[in-house]
Amino acid sequence: MEVMYAFCVGLLAACGFFLVLRGRTFIVVMGLTLLSYAVNLFLFASGRLTLNGAAVLGQSAQYSDPLPQALVLTAIVIGFAMTAFLVILAMRSRADQGNDHVDGQIPARPVSPSPIDKRNG
Amino acid sequence: MQHLPIFPILLPMLAAAFMLLPPLSQSIIRQRFFAVTVMMTIVAVSTWLLLTAHQQGTQLYVLGGWQPPFGIVLVADRLSTLMVLLTSILGLGAQLYACAGDDKEGMYFHPLFMFQILGVNGAFLTGDIFNLFVFFEVLLIASYALLIHGGGKQKTKANVHYVILNLVGSSIFLFALGILYGTLGSLNIEDMAAKVSSLNKPQQALVKAGGLLLLVVFGLKAALLPLHFWLPKTYAAASAPVAALFAIMTKIGVYSILRVHTTIFGQDAGALANMAIPWLWPLALLTIAMGAIGVLASPSLRLSVANLVVVSVGTLLLAVAMQRESATSAALYYMIHSTFITGALFLIADMIAKQRGKAEDRYVIARPLQNPKVLGIAFFIAVLTIVGMPPFSGFVSKIFILQAAEGMREMVWVWPMLLLISLVFLVALSRAGTTIFWRAAGDNTQGKPLAPLKVIAIALLLGASPVLVIFGGPITQYTQLAAAQLHSKAPLNSTQSPIKEVKEIPKGQSHNAN
Repeated sequence: MEVMYAFCVGLLAACGFFLVLRGRTFIVVMGLTLLSYAVNLFLFASGRLTLNGAAVLGQSAQYSDPLPQALVLTAIVIGFAMTAFLVILAMRSRADQGNDHVDGQIPARPVSPSPIDKRNG
Repeated sequence: MQHLPIFPILLPMLAAAFMLLPPLSQSIIRQRFFAVTVMMTIVAVSTWLLLTAHQQGTQLYVLGGWQPPFGIVLVADRLSTLMVLLTSILGLGAQLYACAGDDKEGMYFHPLFMFQILGVNGAFLTGDIFNLFVFFEVLLIASYALLIHGGGKQKTKANVHYVILNLVGSSIFLFALGILYGTLGSLNIEDMAAKVSSLNKPQQALVKAGGLLLLVVFGLKAALLPLHFWLPKTYAAASAPVAALFAIMTKIGVYSILRVHTTIFGQDAGALANMAIPWLWPLALLTIAMGAIGVLASPSLRLSVANLVVVSVGTLLLAVAMQRESATSAALYYMIHSTFITGALFLIADMIAKQRGKAEDRYVIARPLQNPKVLGIAFFIAVLTIVGMPPFSGFVSKIFILQAAEGMREMVWVWPMLLLISLVFLVALSRAGTTIFWRAAGDNTQGKPLAPLKVIAIALLLGASPVLVIFGGPITQYTQLAAAQLHSKAPLNSTQSPIKEVKEIPKGQSHNAN
């Protein structure tokens, strides 16, 4: 279970970082969302993975650490608010700059645009 | 008074909430009076807290009565109360300046400003590293909104970069906290410091990774070299009072590095002792060099000042990297000095920009200033201070840092670098001053008096420079004691808590603050 969990977190984080490095605001927002999923899962695992473990004393033989769950809850709320803010900001930026590139202008391409570029640009 | 440590957090939070409610939300005049009154109260409370922490020892405030290391504590020691006082005075200056008209450019300036103060004070006072993250987010979301205050293309663009960078930073922060909690099993800074020396080999590697990830995050906030590229444009784009308040934001990063890498990973951390220091040395030196180049290359006064902030961060981290009591003490003195003066310089740059028409604060020939005398004197004092000329505080603080480096192997790097940047500043800022004040063309539109509030604000911040020199004795004594407190391994266990446990504080931040 641990290996699969770690693999999933790693994959999410890698995808998140890759998308964050892209140039368009929407894709960056997607990347940040993936990154925050990875973070939340990671934080959750920092209390060790236990099956059927209650977080409250006197409920089961095995206990799971309640603190990471509280941390994840806080992180989710904060991440959610920040993403919402970023989406609004990206829309504002789209309106102000006239395009959705994070630098406010689409970098000039040295080669003539192919049909795929036209569709994306 | 046992509830004193919570007040610098509670007051701005309640004030911000009140300003969003009807009697105050309708009128900007009422908001201004209310906000300035509250800010003065915060200054008074912070002074009181500082004196209490100085005379009666560290004040622990146990939120919700949950004893540390399980609950969250606020730790008001000499260092954190000094930073809180610094924030509130800087905030008061920036706010007075804003009250002269800049707060009308957008909505909700004063509530956002208060939320920002809340976050900054909280970040300084908290003794829990996850709570530090929460307060970082509080101050960040307020700063996102403040940065875009007034609107405009430039601000939107700078803000997009700033927000995305800080969101990535927050994610890395959480990764680091996850690693540290998973290995150390605690988030209380004192408790982590106690546990870090008794780790086995594989755990050490994990904790090292976590600690260095924290260095990356704090380096991003502080604008350490490879992570500083966002700063100049962001600060130059922000409106003046916001930029002045942001002078404290980089210091939060420096403060966090100081806390985490001196308290947790300090001398007593066993195999992990001083693990960030080999990184800090070269990066701090390069930050100073890059900032100095930036100051020389800047085409406008605001960009120059923003690059001065980068240099001041580099200088501070250089002193942090020395890991000596005397160096930390010098860093604290330099921190007070540089925060106030860069804050004042942002305000002065804005006043200059407003009087030069389309040229704004760019270094081009433009119409003469309307009030060359007042602005000239203010600019002159600020520049002398930042360059490090006697008799102002820049000179004294630079000497302290040079003295602290004495006898170290790295002295051959520190001395030339710090002395050379003074020369660079002198060249760059005298060029700026000559162009702005003397190379003018066109009609001299004498007349309009300066807004008194703006002059008061600048005088308040600039006044720190002579005050730091005149009261140099007591202030250095204080910074030395604060540095000694930070470097000594004085456990703050719950058994030694100087104040009694406090019952149920509903307003306090708690882990499950959802």
